[in-house]
Amino acid sequence: MGQALYIFLVASPGHPTDFPQVKTAPNPEHESECIRRILQGEKHLFHDLIRPCERSIYFLLFSLLHNEAEAEDAAQETVIKAYRNLHSFRGDSQFRTWVLSIARNEGLGRIRKGESRKEDSLDALTEDQGGDYTPAFLTSWREVPIESLERKELGEILREAIEGLPAIYRNVLLLRDIEEMDVKETAAALGITEGSVKVRLHRARAMLQRDLAPRLKGFAPKRARLFGWGA
Amino acid sequence: MRIDCKHVWEYISAYIDGEVDAALRAEIDRHLETCEVCSAILDSTRNVVVLVADHRVFELPVEFSTRLHARLERELA
Repeated sequence: MGQALYIFLVASPGHPTDFPQVKTAPNPEHESECIRRILQGEKHLFHDLIRPCERSIYFLLFSLLHNEAEAEDAAQETVIKAYRNLHSFRGDSQFRTWVLSIARNEGLGRIRKGESRKEDSLDALTEDQGGDYTPAFLTSWREVPIESLERKELGEILREAIEGLPAIYRNVLLLRDIEEMDVKETAAALGITEGSVKVRLHRARAMLQRDLAPRLKGFAPKRARLFGWGA
Repeated sequence: MRIDCKHVWEYISAYIDGEVDAALRAEIDRHLETCEVCSAILDSTRNVVVLVADHRVFELPVEFSTRLHARLERELA
């Protein structure tokens, strides 16, 4: 059930932003052709090239910087740098991976310059943290309260939980589970090993499960209480 | 090989992503058939993954894309 629902949701139109909120998978063949033409002078094609990447760029930077305005400014800088350095893109990774590594460097550069961000210091971005990841115990949770996302309160709970994760886990979760990048691309974009991606993703999900599972039970459809939601 | 609950928790994320080998998956499946706690933990973890992936949770700022492409247009001009 979860998988079918998920497919429906990622293709769901009608969100109040500038462009359709459909997750767009990069197309390497289209990309390389686009890049060739841009470098030959069709500069306007860069708009099309960057469009599928802009969500990932923004949310990676938001995850690093924790500030909407600064993340947007950094995203614009990233895109401009990507355009100016397009000739140096070798094509040995996906274009999005390359752009996200520029975004990451842009974000880390801004963190280095800022003195007030103690919470997400560079150390916090590079050191794995140990700890106990015992999950939350439930008697049952078999329904996804997906329709509850229409309620702002649930969205806020989810955002708050994700933003509350340590940065190294939040960044991986964001690229893997929210932007749907694969392990290899996530590792390349963040400059870490594929093993670290897997470990951090596991910990991020475990932390979210422990935090969210007991709270989200309150959003269950009423009929589901018959099957143990209220326990 | 018999696995316990803690062993299952360690592999839940990999299990959801289909990254455990066939033998371990079979062991986990066998454990889940009889362990209500692990079964609920798996369901809740999977559901959390589904929920956070929804684009209604994280939306771009209004007009973000318009401003980005306007800035880019100035660069391209």
